[in-house]
Amino acid sequence: MSDTALAGPVDWTSQQAAGRRRSRHAANRRLQFYGIAAISTAIGLLGLLITTLVIGGYPAFLQTKITLDFPIKAEYVDAANPAGGNYRAVVRDALLGIAPEATTPPQQRLLGQLLTNNTQFFVRDAVVANPSVIGGTLTLTVPASDPIDQLNKGLIDRDLPENQRRVNDVQLGFYDRLVAENRVSAPFNWALFFNADSRFPELAGLAGAITGSFYALLVCFLISFPVGIAAAIYLEEFAPRNRWTYLIEVNINNLAAVPSIVFGLLGLAVFIQVFGIPRSAPLAGGMVLALMTLPTMIIVTRASLKAIPPSIREGALGVGASKHQVIMHHVLPLALPGILTGTIIGLAQALGETAPLLLVGMNAFITSPPGGILEASTALPTQIFIWADSPERGFTSRTSAAILVLLAFLVVMNGIAIFLRQRLERRW
Amino acid sequence: MSVSGVPQTGPMATAGALRISHSPLRGQNVVGYSLLLIVILSLVAYYVGRGSARRFAGAAGGDKIHSLPGYHGAFIAVWVGIPAFVLVLLWASFQGAILDSLIVSSLPSAFTEGKSPAELNLVLSEIRNLASGRAFGAPAPEVEAAAARLVSWQHIASWAMVVVAATMMLLVLVYARTRIAPRFRARNNVERVLSGLMVFCSVVAILTTVGIIVSLLYESIAFFRLVPLHEFLFGLKWEPQIALRADQVAGAGAFGAIPVFTGTLLISVIALAVAIPIGLLTAIFLVEYADDRVRNVVKPIMEILAGIPTVVFGFFAVLTVAPAIREAGGLMGIATSPNSALAAGFVMGIMIIPFISSLSDDALRAVPRSMRDGSLAMGATPAETMTKVMLPAALPGIMGGILLAASRAIGETMIVVMAAGLIATLTLNPMDSVTTVTVQIVTLLIGDTSFDSPKTLAAFALGLVLFIVTLGLNVLALQIVKKYREQYE
Repeated sequence: MSDTALAGPVDWTSQQAAGRRRSRHAANRRLQFYGIAAISTAIGLLGLLITTLVIGGYPAFLQTKITLDFPIKAEYVDAANPAGGNYRAVVRDALLGIAPEATTPPQQRLLGQLLTNNTQFFVRDAVVANPSVIGGTLTLTVPASDPIDQLNKGLIDRDLPENQRRVNDVQLGFYDRLVAENRVSAPFNWALFFNADSRFPELAGLAGAITGSFYALLVCFLISFPVGIAAAIYLEEFAPRNRWTYLIEVNINNLAAVPSIVFGLLGLAVFIQVFGIPRSAPLAGGMVLALMTLPTMIIVTRASLKAIPPSIREGALGVGASKHQVIMHHVLPLALPGILTGTIIGLAQALGETAPLLLVGMNAFITSPPGGILEASTALPTQIFIWADSPERGFTSRTSAAILVLLAFLVVMNGIAIFLRQRLERRW
Repeated sequence: MSVSGVPQTGPMATAGALRISHSPLRGQNVVGYSLLLIVILSLVAYYVGRGSARRFAGAAGGDKIHSLPGYHGAFIAVWVGIPAFVLVLLWASFQGAILDSLIVSSLPSAFTEGKSPAELNLVLSEIRNLASGRAFGAPAPEVEAAAARLVSWQHIASWAMVVVAATMMLLVLVYARTRIAPRFRARNNVERVLSGLMVFCSVVAILTTVGIIVSLLYESIAFFRLVPLHEFLFGLKWEPQIALRADQVAGAGAFGAIPVFTGTLLISVIALAVAIPIGLLTAIFLVEYADDRVRNVVKPIMEILAGIPTVVFGFFAVLTVAPAIREAGGLMGIATSPNSALAAGFVMGIMIIPFISSLSDDALRAVPRSMRDGSLAMGATPAETMTKVMLPAALPGIMGGILLAASRAIGETMIVVMAAGLIATLTLNPMDSVTTVTVQIVTLLIGDTSFDSPKTLAAFALGLVLFIVTLGLNVLALQIVKKYREQYE
């Protein structure tokens, strides 16, 4: 370096030289420290994210339930037609059984708010299933309403003034009596997995979303797997190196970088508008996801095909196989583990995709799981979006729980992919 | 609780479904049966072909058979199955639209006279609903008659499809069977078909791109007929919701997208300001300072961060980050909106960190080892090697990575839909609430999508801008990498 041309020999042991060295080493340590700080920040943020989800979500895996004795009087429920009985009155009687002093309608309403809104239907279904209880007493455990659920999990502060609490003093009294009579329990919340969506947090579950996601992923797989493999084989093994092939390759790379919401616009304008696929159907969602997964599938399959050594191809060609036979009988089977790994990773990405599904309408409020790929449905990520938008407090923890379920699916899928890669992939 | 057992869609979804759905479920079931029929007949065809080829092969003194029996079977199967499959797909795709136009033209002229296309559309959707068993109020007798016609026509069309497909398959089966002979080149024929299929599959990528461009352009042009282009690109006022309520073409200024663009830019800049330092320093540490043990821990963690769905980040932004920023702003006496740009941008930055760190990592690793070793051998500290040798050499790759990350940030949807605002304010204050292109697309298209209102079409115009900008950024990133990378190789 010309500007630091030295006049004479340098005294490397001088005070100044030692000072320069110290500051240079300090700069080195500073950069190292910044690096550590950056990594710790990233890891800390990830930790914070997962911690808030776990803390927020685990209460939703338990559901407060209340066990009551329902007197099924013959005057309310006709044995000939058990489904048509006056179950509202049955529920009222059962509640009066634990709080006989609640004689006025306002008090009874407060009392009724302890249980889920659909209690009468639970009782009806139980009676219809077992009509012999008519005239006797039915002991049934029903979900508590959302405020009581929150109270039981300690998420509502009892010491707050009454007007800032979602459970008032009268209800608190009723609740304490139920606890004292040992009627309140908090078992594992199976309803989270077996119920479909509901307006009431205590009844809402993920069954519809999981089924919808399954159907959408099935469609996505059925389209993107064969098309992706066929395209990759063509581009890797057959395509001549010309402008046309180059155009296809550039296209695939660009598609991989197109924002997901643009695929949603395509789905809305083409699949729903032009092809007339019903809105909110997993078929439409799955087709959009397939187009998004396709670049991943093609890139992964090409990498796997490339990894097969040419000696395999030459050996097969040498004994007289046609080019198609070489690929179908030798190259493809050997590349399959890599392709499967890539497929699972691509499907895992598709499972977490939300924005395109919103545009094809998979965010509808639907209270039963879809029966096929043409019925309106939600998917796991869109269900998370719907619940995150719901004002009821109970949905906040349900949202976290739904996210944990989604992340669990992703972990399992990626785990399978890693397992497959380690077990089946062959090094040449 | 599914008490009724019938799927109950929300009011928003129903409104959309009324406008759009073409075919009732019954017709779709027939499609399913047709596909099943195709599979069965193709299998039959395969065994027929293979069986007759085996007979040639077994016949003593006959000609030497050219292709293996399996190829003869496959030859018949692909010619039976594929054309029928294409026929069924096309039929199912266009049956609804054709029946619609037939129904409209079959309406008595006294009934249709003086009705605008929009009103006719309304009548059509009423007919369709009635035909699929959803009646609202008391429909007009003409509508009822048309619905009855539609039901019977759908029935006829669906069964016609099955009959046509089955007849076609049987004819092909018989004809192809006569083609089979010992010297017939069945294998070459099948391989040609397979090659054709593979070419088609690789063209799907191009078709997708074309589909995106055509659908975006088509709806955008319709939009620019209602709202002039310069108003959209340079207008300062974005109030799309008002336009629908007024039930007329939007007044001047209601569709000026500048506030939406600045909002997108603001949030993306915040995201990059968070992600670039953290991501780049992470990459520097991993390349220069970390040993294998640390790398084997940190890299998977970054991959986990990259694999988290964006809707999860969105929820994190709403639940944790936005309230925290609001509290902090309150403590410092800064007025903070509950859905501030800072919260959305910060969380988006977290999402992008792994993107930048892995691309920078790749770029730094691509620098020839001799350059690094040379610098260290001259007595430079690792930090000096990094900042004076490695970073300048890797700069094109890092810049490319940053541009790709920027295009990710601009196109990211869920975080901003959940955490950013809906109202377009023209501001650069990160504590304020802004909206983005993607948020507007989602809010404009969720719910009622009637394709003749500027409100809906505006979403496609925004989508077109988004597509062009992200595509431009990606191309630019690739160009930068390509142009400057070769210097050291």
